[in-house]
Amino acid sequence: MTQNLVITSSPHIRAKDTTRSIMLDVLIALCPALIASVIWFGPRALLVSAVCVGASVLFEYLYRKLMHLDMTIGDLSAAVTGLLLAFNLPSSIPLWMAVIGCFVSIVIVKQLFGGLGKNFANPAIVGRIVLLVSFATPMTNWPVPLSADAVTGPTPLGVVGAMAAGVDASSSATAEVIALPSYLDMFLGKIGGSLGETCTLALLIGFVYLVARKVITVTEPLAFIGTVFVLSWLLGADPVFHILAGGVMLGAIFMGTDYVTTPTTELGRLIFGIGAGVLTVIIRLYGSYPEGVSFAILIMNIVTPHIDNLTRIKALGAEGGKKA
Amino acid sequence: MSIFDKRLKGVRAPHCKNTMDCATQKMPVPDKVFICMSQHMGPPCDVLVKPGDEVKVGQVIGDSAAFLSAPVHSSVSGKVTGIEEIIMPNGTRTKTVVIETDKQQTYHESVKKPQVTDRASFLAAVRNAGLVGLGGAGFPTHIKFNPRNLNEVDTLIINGAECEPYITSDYRTMMERGEDVMMGIQAVMKYLDIPNCIIAIEENKPKGIARMQELAKGLPGVKVQPLPSRYPQGAEKVLIYETTGRVVPEGKLPADVNCIVSNITTIAHLALYLKEGIPLITKCVTVDGGAIAKPQNVEALIGTPIKDVIDFCGGYAKEPRKLLMGGPMMGTALYDDTYPILKNNNAILAFDESLAETQPETPCIRCGRCVRSCPVKLMPLRMEEAFLKDDYQGLQEYKVNLCIECGCCSYVCPAKRQLVQTNRLAKARLRKWMQEQNAKEGGKK
Repeated sequence: MTQNLVITSSPHIRAKDTTRSIMLDVLIALCPALIASVIWFGPRALLVSAVCVGASVLFEYLYRKLMHLDMTIGDLSAAVTGLLLAFNLPSSIPLWMAVIGCFVSIVIVKQLFGGLGKNFANPAIVGRIVLLVSFATPMTNWPVPLSADAVTGPTPLGVVGAMAAGVDASSSATAEVIALPSYLDMFLGKIGGSLGETCTLALLIGFVYLVARKVITVTEPLAFIGTVFVLSWLLGADPVFHILAGGVMLGAIFMGTDYVTTPTTELGRLIFGIGAGVLTVIIRLYGSYPEGVSFAILIMNIVTPHIDNLTRIKALGAEGGKKA
Repeated sequence: MSIFDKRLKGVRAPHCKNTMDCATQKMPVPDKVFICMSQHMGPPCDVLVKPGDEVKVGQVIGDSAAFLSAPVHSSVSGKVTGIEEIIMPNGTRTKTVVIETDKQQTYHESVKKPQVTDRASFLAAVRNAGLVGLGGAGFPTHIKFNPRNLNEVDTLIINGAECEPYITSDYRTMMERGEDVMMGIQAVMKYLDIPNCIIAIEENKPKGIARMQELAKGLPGVKVQPLPSRYPQGAEKVLIYETTGRVVPEGKLPADVNCIVSNITTIAHLALYLKEGIPLITKCVTVDGGAIAKPQNVEALIGTPIKDVIDFCGGYAKEPRKLLMGGPMMGTALYDDTYPILKNNNAILAFDESLAETQPETPCIRCGRCVRSCPVKLMPLRMEEAFLKDDYQGLQEYKVNLCIECGCCSYVCPAKRQLVQTNRLAKARLRKWMQEQNAKEGGKK
């Protein structure tokens, strides 16, 4: 009897989640922060985000097409990278610079290493770092929230850094901007900074969504944020300020949980979070850069294979002693 | 989810136990049965009849002198019309006795209440009953009941987890043959001198748990343990861990941690043999899966073509695109529906187009879901990496040999990677590689 039956290996049913649905969840989780960025920094935040998403998807499309590879833009990972890169840029960034960042992220960091799943570092992080070292001035020109006339000022971390360096505050810009913002303003995102990183509230909403949808586990974000809090307190800095300022929330929730470039086991994720937290605080307090989240995550991305090797799980009933 | 969670993982697969309340329907005797000589783990049986022979119900028609084997009985009375070779779903060929039935179902003279007085006669009875593990693996029961360290075995675990979606045949055994189950348990405990018995049932069968608890009342040493409804609770190693906290070491058997595990329906069939001498000739199977007109539980004679069973259930309601022997997580896909019912069949599932669709594999995104879902704590993504690189040492280190092939990793994979299939291939290739390595070392000496 010929019945045209499909023969496959078991299992014959699969869970609903796909790479695309996971990436879509991440995009949804980023929406509150996108809305907050538009509230604080105006429509240009939306424009930068749209350009980054568009350029990232386009670069991925062109690369896959030119290299005669399977088309992968449908998995939405390029869109996620584009949006995350945009979140790491000031809303005043010239658009052509943002497009260069997308090129670095998608083509150099992601596709040249083999595409989704093969990149060793978070594409958006590397894209941001390349832009930061290439275009230091526009990348650190932070628009002041709710200012219509493109006034720029420092980030809270910049203020702290300047104070620590002994720069006379009265010599730059207006005194009002130089004062440190309140915790409430920092929590709501009414501070200078990259367009998607300032609103802690919006990022936490995204965090709750991702955990509820089981896209991420709480291990890495809690370890990262907790380490920044405890270590900055131990070193005499203001712990609440340090977890609200800069990119800690964005980095811990959305970048440090990127599947591809972080460890696969919960223990590994714990180590990753602690390591990224320690590096962030050290760079902030002792390094030349006011902010260290990007570098911290990049360094932890690079050691991830080693963390993975060290945190192999012992199989149930496996012969004792040896790892794995 | 937490790193401190000591429970074993698994997946919350949909239950789809649509046929739970369908009382088992006895199927009429088919025109022809095809009785396969390989219905157990181990070498196939030799055919003991020849074309033209008259056979009766319960007559031994296949047996083997091999250690790991169980006799095969005729499930019908009638005339042997041929000895055919059929291709098993796993690709191997096996001899099959074709019997044209006379529909009289006259019993063979060997079918009578066995004389069981001590351990030896009990084990002989288990073998004569043709019993194998009915949960799916088909391991000969008399071997399982007679481990080297039988004196140390202190717990009999009755597997009523039935963790596979759709299947409800073991549940029907609990509801319809509860007394048989208890009688079988008592016999095993008595003759094998095992003091404790745990009947393990997933929580999604509250009525089954209640029924077993009621019947176990007053039986010393017998208790019912509800299990969380998390696939694969019924996998032997997982079940032993969940019920006793014991871990079966690599390369060891349940008896090495003083446990014997038996499927609940196997135990019910054992009782039937001890009472009436009727060997394993029928099997209750769940017929379901969406493409069947009237999903239900059917008691079919072993050797009945699947086509006949499906026709008994009203035939196909939709065009079947995938036909499974067993559950959707571990069952085997069949190439056609003329294949006969085997001893260890517990379900026939026919899926229509919507469930037969194969999703394309996309690149691994290292999400780690496979690691978090693996009940025996393996790392499927790392094993796949090693396999694709022909890294045999890596495969050894990651213990691919411990994979129980439950399918959780493939089930949860968002990239739809065929992780279980890779593990199966990896196991086979690793075995070959190790043989080659041993041969090389032997050559050096």
